Amino acid sequence: MRSLFALLLAALLAAAVPAHAATEITFYYPIAVGGPLTKVIDGLARDFEKEHPGIKVNPIYAGNYDDARIKALAALKAGQPAQISVLYSIDLYELLEQDVILPWDDIAATADDRAWLKAFYPSLMMNGIYKGKVYGIPFQRSTIVMYWNKDAFKEAGLDPEKAPANWNEMAQMAAKLVKKDASGNVQRWGVMVPSTGYPYWMFQAFARQNGHDLMNPEGNRTNYAHPDVIAALQYWRDLGAKHKVMPEGTVEWGTLRQAFTEGKTAMMWHTTGNLTAVKDTAKFPFGVAMLPASKQRGSPTGGGNFYIFKKTTPEERKASLAFVKWMTTPERAADWSIATGYVAVRPEAYETPKLKQYAAGFPQAVVARDQFKFATAELSTFQTGRVRKLLDDAIQASLTGQKTPDAALKAAQAEAERLLKPYR
Amino acid sequence: MKHVYGWLLLTPAAILLVGFTHYPAAATLFDSLFSTGTVVRPSRFVGLDNYAALTDDPIFWQVLGNNFWFALGTIPTSIALALLMALWVNDRLPARALVRMAYFTPTVLPMIAVANIWLFFYTPQIGLLDQIGAFFTVPSRNWLGDPDTALACTMAMVIWKEAGFFMIFYLAALQSLPPELEEAAKLEGASRWYFFRRVTFPLLMPTTLFVMVNATINSFKLVDHLFILTKGGPDNASSLLLYYIYQVAFSFFDTAYASTLTVVLLVLLAGLAVAQFQLVEKRVHYR
Repeated sequence: MRSLFALLLAALLAAAVPAHAATEITFYYPIAVGGPLTKVIDGLARDFEKEHPGIKVNPIYAGNYDDARIKALAALKAGQPAQISVLYSIDLYELLEQDVILPWDDIAATADDRAWLKAFYPSLMMNGIYKGKVYGIPFQRSTIVMYWNKDAFKEAGLDPEKAPANWNEMAQMAAKLVKKDASGNVQRWGVMVPSTGYPYWMFQAFARQNGHDLMNPEGNRTNYAHPDVIAALQYWRDLGAKHKVMPEGTVEWGTLRQAFTEGKTAMMWHTTGNLTAVKDTAKFPFGVAMLPASKQRGSPTGGGNFYIFKKTTPEERKASLAFVKWMTTPERAADWSIATGYVAVRPEAYETPKLKQYAAGFPQAVVARDQFKFATAELSTFQTGRVRKLLDDAIQASLTGQKTPDAALKAAQAEAERLLKPYR
Repeated sequence: MKHVYGWLLLTPAAILLVGFTHYPAAATLFDSLFSTGTVVRPSRFVGLDNYAALTDDPIFWQVLGNNFWFALGTIPTSIALALLMALWVNDRLPARALVRMAYFTPTVLPMIAVANIWLFFYTPQIGLLDQIGAFFTVPSRNWLGDPDTALACTMAMVIWKEAGFFMIFYLAALQSLPPELEEAAKLEGASRWYFFRRVTFPLLMPTTLFVMVNATINSFKLVDHLFILTKGGPDNASSLLLYYIYQVAFSFFDTAYASTLTVVLLVLLAGLAVAQFQLVEKRVHYR
C-alpha cells in the first residue's frame, strides 16, 4: 500500500514539474474537426514546434466563427488555457467590450516586431485597429470579386475578355446577356448579387463604390441613410426591378455558385473563397475581375484575424507573438493562399517564387490582391450583430419591394443610432 | 425507512430533471429580469424592462405571427396526411413494407440534409420545381427569395418531413384495433366512410391527441431548416420564434433578451399543451 502511495506521489510530481518547462499555447481555430484544413494547421503547428523547441502549440478546432468565439470565451471564463485564437475580424468590438483581448503593440518589443505590425495590406488592418492599436493580425482573409462567363459574353456579342468597369456598363452588358426562351421565360440572367446570408457585405461594396463607408472607424456610428448610400441600394434594386437583368427578390448565397457554373447567370459577385470551387466545376472559360465602379471601385474585406487574449503570462505572450509572426511570414502566407484560396495577407508574399508561379498559371488568383487598394473594412460596430441585422433586413425589404430603399435605410439608421448612442 | 428507500429510487431521475430541465427554466426566468452584462457594464436588475422591450420589438411580433401561420399550416395537414398514409399502408397491398419505408424515409433523414436537398428544389431555374415548371412553360419563380412564398415553402418541407413520423403512431394504433369491429360493421352493412367516421377515428383519438401535442411542440421547436433555407429572410418573412432566440443569443449576444424570449416561448408551449389536454381530453376514449 505504501509503495503504491509513493508511486502515485512520484507520478504526480513528475506531472507537475516537466523536465524542461515548455511554454504551451492553446490556439483556437474556427473550423470543424476533420476538415482538410485541420491537417494543414496541424502540420504548421508541428513545423513551428520543431523550429522552436521551447514552445508547444495546441490547436483546438471549434466549428464556425461563432462557435469558435463562444468556445474561446467560455474557456477563458472557466479559467482554461486559451492564449490566441483566429476569430472573425468583425468580432473586434465584441471582444473589446468583453475586455478579453490585448493589442499586439503591447507585446511587440523589438523594432523587427513593430515593423511586422506594418507589413500587412492596410485595407486588411482596418478591421483590426482600435484607437491606433493593432488587435487583429490578418490571417485568412477574403474579398468580393466579379466572376464572368466568357462563353456567354461571346454568345451575346460582347468582348469575352472585358468585364464591365462601371455600374452603367454592368447594367447595359447584363441586359445583352439576358437570354429568354420562345415564351419569354428567362433562361439566363445577366448578373446576380447574392442577398441572403451576408447581404450587408455585398451592400458594402455598392456603398463603397458610390463613395461611402457604412460605419466609422470607432465603430459607434453608422452611415446607412446618406443619399449616396440610398442611391446604391436603389441601383441594386433596379438591377432586378427596372433593368430586369437579375431575378427579383433575394438571391440565395448558397446556390449562386451552382447557378453560375450551370450557366444560369452570366456574371456573379461572390467571395474569392469560391475561386477554387468555381475553377473545379465550371465547364466554360471564366474570368475574374474587380467589382465595377460608380464613383470609385470598392469592396469590403472579410475573414479571420489572430487575436491574443489578456489572460496570459509574459512568457506565453512572447511565445504567441513568435508563433503568429511565424504563421504570417511571406512564404507561409503564400502557401496558405495557394492551399485555401484566401488572399495572401502581405505584399511580400506575392513576390515569392511559389505564388508568382501559381499566379502565372492562374491569373484570376491575383485579382483580389489588385483590388486591395480600393478595399474597405467589413461592417463592424459595437452591438455588431444587431446593427448588422438592421441593415440586412433593410436590404432584403428593398430587394423584395416591400419598402423603398429610402424608407428602409432611414428606419435602419434611426434604430442603429439608438443602439450606438451609449458608445459615444 | 420506507420513505428513504422510495426517495433514493427517485433521486437519479430527479437529479437529471432538476439539473437539466427545472433549474435552467428557473435560471432563464431569473436572467430575464436582468440586463445583459459585459465586463465593462456589469449586469443589473431591470425588473420587467426586457418584457417592455419585447412588446416594442416589431421583429418579435413578426416571428410570433409567422410561427402562428407555420403551426396552422403544418399541424392539420401533416396529421391528416399521416392518417391517410397510415390507413393506406395498413391495408393489404403489394410491397407494403416498401411503401411504409418510403413514407418513413423523410423522418430518418437529418433536417439539415433535408433542407439542403429542398434548397435545390426551390432554387430558381436550376431547381427541381422550376425544371418541372419549365417543361410546362411556367415562368421561373424565386420561391425562397419572395416574402410571399418563403414561409409557405418551408411549411411544405416540414409537412413532408413530419407526416411520415406521425404515420408510424397511427399505424401502430390501427394495428391494435380489434378486427371484430370491422367484421361486425361489414355484417351491419356500414360503408367504409361511415365505419371510419364512427369507429376508427374515435378509437384513434388518444393517438390524435398525442400526435397533436407533438406536432404543436414541433412547430415551435423545428428551426434547423432555416439555417440552410432562408436564414429567416427575406426581411424576417420566414423567421420563427426559436430561430430569433438563437439570433438574439448567439449573434447579438444579448442573453437577457434571449432569456425573455425563451420565457415567452415556454409559457406559450405550456399553455398550448394544457389547453389541448383540456379541450381534446373530453373527446378521447381511452380503453
